[in-house]
Amino acid sequence: MSIAANFLRGLGYRVELLIATLLRLGSIVERRVLIANQMVSLGLHMTHVVLFVGLFMGMIVSLQTGIELARIGQQDQIGLIVAISMAREMGPFITATILAATSGSSIAAELGTMSVSDELAALEVMSIDKFKLLVLPRVVSLAVMCPLLTILCDTIGIVGGGLVASTQLNVGWQLYSETAIDALRPVNGWFSLPFDIYSGLLKSFIFGIIISVISCSEGLRARGGALGVGMATRSAVRDSIIYVIIANYMISQMLYEL
Amino acid sequence: MAPLNQAETTDQSAPTGQGDEAVICFDQVSKSFGDQQVLRDLSFDVTSGRTLAIMGPSGSGKSVTLRHIIGLMKPDSGRVLIEGQEVAALSSKEIAKLRIRMGYVFQEGALINWLNVGENVALPLRENSDLPDSEISDRVQEKLEMVKVPDAWNKMPAEISGGMKKRIGIARALITEPEIILYDEPNAGLDPEIARAINQIIRELGETLDVTSIVVEHRIECIKAVADEVLFLHEGGALIQTDPASFFASEHPRLKRFFGTDTP
Ligand SMILES: Nc1ncnc2c1ncn2[C@@H]1O[C@H](COP(=O)(O)OP(=O)(O)OP(=O)(O)O)[C@@H](O)[C@H]1O
Ligand SMILES: [Mg+2]
Repeated sequence: MSIAANFLRGLGYRVELLIATLLRLGSIVERRVLIANQMVSLGLHMTHVVLFVGLFMGMIVSLQTGIELARIGQQDQIGLIVAISMAREMGPFITATILAATSGSSIAAELGTMSVSDELAALEVMSIDKFKLLVLPRVVSLAVMCPLLTILCDTIGIVGGGLVASTQLNVGWQLYSETAIDALRPVNGWFSLPFDIYSGLLKSFIFGIIISVISCSEGLRARGGALGVGMATRSAVRDSIIYVIIANYMISQMLYEL
Repeated sequence: MAPLNQAETTDQSAPTGQGDEAVICFDQVSKSFGDQQVLRDLSFDVTSGRTLAIMGPSGSGKSVTLRHIIGLMKPDSGRVLIEGQEVAALSSKEIAKLRIRMGYVFQEGALINWLNVGENVALPLRENSDLPDSEISDRVQEKLEMVKVPDAWNKMPAEISGGMKKRIGIARALITEPEIILYDEPNAGLDPEIARAINQIIRELGETLDVTSIVVEHRIECIKAVADEVLFLHEGGALIQTDPASFFASEHPRLKRFFGTDTP
């Protein structure tokens, strides 16, 4: 079978899975316990990773751009640069990448194991809807947790940038935080939250859906024992990151070139 | 080599007074995976309230046969009929309705790994019935006692032995009180004492509740204990379908080779 046919089949299955999930959104309340469990295991348990990576990312951005800005005497602007790059781009993308590698792979491995050990067949035989029982809770919880973790990532990244600015770039904490907050001032005035934050959160909401849908579909389609589970996990993480990057570009284009 | 056609398939009509209508019917079913043909024009039927045992070498397609009955696989050609309805032609709603009346015991148990034993057994009722929790708990406990694992409720599938998984799988298949039950090696991994108890259950369900069943099993004691008829799968077809007494007395060379009674 050609690679293109395979790709199209995979894409078709993912779109089908997304639609099947959307059609079952009415069961969210009924599935609240499973959703809460997934929020904890797929989201909350990743908090420390997101905090750690976000902190260092903010510090790196601050250091790298700070050195250049200092050369032209503009280091006062460091708060603005860190805040905008974290909120628009770094926060959503870093969080999505971390979730693809951790939660995405665990979804694919879990569902893949269920598939190869006949558990999915058992659900089918008992007339139990696997979309309601397995897919819906995972998609909903990542769609919620991805933006929440992104807010954390943004915040800690900006804080990390400030640490570097005040200790290594001689930009006072006061000045840094003023420029950072200033940069995020509302553009359209909704709830006085800035557009950059909205756009970042919209992105991460979509990233959460992409990661969960791709990982679920790879897991559900796994065949052939442990080998199949390994392959499903690998393609779940690989495709999640690829789709996230493509979606990232397209959403940025739509939001910032209006 | 002896002729291996279906000439020896004898006595298709049920000899007892139970219903004559075929509940499960295979009509010339063929199934291949790639270039490996597993079922070849397989035909047989099971009438209401009877228990058919299917024997055959490992890899001969016994599990594949069961999967066709419950619609997990579709035949390449031929038809599988349940109460006259063709399984492969049913809509997803119709098949879901049919499956609620059926029970399936998987060869490897197929317990949901993230639910404990009690919740596994309760799952079909929780998902597909409006019974109150207390009623569900009572029924689950009753079934766990029936398969001799009364204290297993809070254990996770990964923590229990293969034989226990098998029994939990049986309890889960029985919890909805199905009218048609398919058992894939119900005695595998069980000690003789527990196996006898399980066979007793299978027997009683057929006799008292008129359950129609198919039992795939290698163990001769099991077949003697539960079966009304035995079918031997050979090269994808039914080599013989007859009552257990004539089956075990058969002089067919393939059967004698299978049981190791061909050489003194
Ligand atoms: N999903 C599948 N894809 C490809 N081949 C399959 C599939 N399921 C079964 N087979 C093949 O069909 C043949 C029959 O398999 P089946 O599981 O029915 O054997 P069995 O008679 O139940 O054997 P056992 O007694 O060992 O359980 C095997 O050779 C197997 O490789
Ligand atoms: Mg088998």
